[in-house]
Amino acid sequence: MPQETLLKISNIDVFHGSFQALWDVSLAVKAGEIVALIGANGSGKSTLLDTISGLLHPAKGKIEFEGKDISAVEPFQVVELGITQVPEGRRIFPEMTVLDNLIIGSYNRKARSKREQNLKMVCELFPILKERKNQLAKTLSGGEQQMLALGRGLMSDPRLVLLDEMSLGLAPIVLNDLYKALREIRERGITILFVEQNVRRSLAEADRAYIMEVGRVVLSGDVAELREEEGVKKAYFGV
Amino acid sequence: MTVLADLATPIIMGIFLGGLYTLIALGLSLVFGVMKLINVAHGDWVILGSYFAYTAMTMLGIDPFLSLVMGIPLLFVIGFGVQRFLLNRAFAVSLDAALLVCFGISIIFQNFCQIIWTPFSRGLRPPYGLESFSIGGLHVPLVYLLNFIAALAVMLFLREFLRRTYLGKAINAASQDRRAAQLMGINTGRVYAFAFAIAMAFAAIAGVLLGLTFPFTPTSGVSFLIIAFGVVIVGGLGSILGTFIGGMVFGLAQTLGGHFLGAVAQMLIAYILVFVVLAVRPRGIFGR
Repeated sequence: MPQETLLKISNIDVFHGSFQALWDVSLAVKAGEIVALIGANGSGKSTLLDTISGLLHPAKGKIEFEGKDISAVEPFQVVELGITQVPEGRRIFPEMTVLDNLIIGSYNRKARSKREQNLKMVCELFPILKERKNQLAKTLSGGEQQMLALGRGLMSDPRLVLLDEMSLGLAPIVLNDLYKALREIRERGITILFVEQNVRRSLAEADRAYIMEVGRVVLSGDVAELREEEGVKKAYFGV
Repeated sequence: MTVLADLATPIIMGIFLGGLYTLIALGLSLVFGVMKLINVAHGDWVILGSYFAYTAMTMLGIDPFLSLVMGIPLLFVIGFGVQRFLLNRAFAVSLDAALLVCFGISIIFQNFCQIIWTPFSRGLRPPYGLESFSIGGLHVPLVYLLNFIAALAVMLFLREFLRRTYLGKAINAASQDRRAAQLMGINTGRVYAFAFAIAMAFAAIAGVLLGLTFPFTPTSGVSFLIIAFGVVIVGGLGSILGTFIGGMVFGLAQTLGGHFLGAVAQMLIAYILVFVVLAVRPRGIFGR
């Protein structure tokens, strides 16, 4: 069964003011995949996610989602179209309860009618959130906040979830739970594009990966191939 | 014994007056809490509300409270438009630009009011405007009690609105983390416009109560803006309860200061208090 190309980025240049952050970047994500975007700090990974989310717009090139051109769309519209970003550093709303954080996740029109359904799913994925539902979000631990951020993102009923540096500051044991949740999310038909600095873990969890350096995509392909690729072995595994 | 009895009147008056000050300051506090903008035209919006009620009374014979049926939507819509089409664009340039635009609005409003209603002082004087009633032997003007009740009502409305409605939660979210709110699908431009509009609706209510309590002129807005500043500094910006406590403190400082040191010292005592709060706890009592 041919897989639908969900997200297609074609040769985009993106600027922060006068500084060019992305150079001729192309990337594609097919429905049902888990794709990793790997690179060091400053390689442009977050800029790419922000551009997909509409916080930035490409100066050149095109971004297509489900066949529609979304290059010039506002952030709230991107969410309505079905792409949700779980930002770096969690950025949950600290002075709101866990439940309110989740509820506000379903703010967009389409997601409101499916709120109870999605809430149930999120509580199944992360039972700890159900336990802590009336606590202020700022009282949660780092791992719990990441679960909340992910749950909040899922409440917007996305087809594609963008995850920015989910593992920052989290212990490996917590990460195991999170990656397990990602697999379950994929089982439910949601596609995932995640950004990571940790190469080994990313390649273990993804189907395909793109490697970025200084604003360009330098390598891409199936993870099995990439692991064997000389450049990757030298640069990231020190072999 | 007499001293205590003597104090009872300024204390009650101070608390009730505090209600008016809370009401005036709520709009200022809301706008700052949500978009970090100090709306230096806020006092002028309130006075605009006073003048609207005045016109409704003198030209159409409508009771000031009843005129709010028109006054609230009017200021709501104008506020929405100003934020959506003017301030949003200024924000894209810088926060200072938005501040300057507010300053410009202040000048425009003052001159507009001056042209239409002349510099002579006006007041809202319905039949019940001079009524007073007794609490345990004390005579209190009815209008002062209305100030207090209105403040409680509006605060309750705001708290429930922010807690229970999607828009309220969105305003809350956008004020805590704008970027994250955008990523949740919240149209922050529109949300800011609603927040500003609500704050101006509050200004309309405050305008009616102000007009019932004090005489006003086109430039009165500035004096009440300064009072509103004092209230939110003492109580803490962005907190509803803080604004209320700040209002009470300000009202009490004024009436008790006037009681002990004479009318001339009223505002002085209040502002010395602001000074002390700034020195000791700049965040304000409940500030975040």
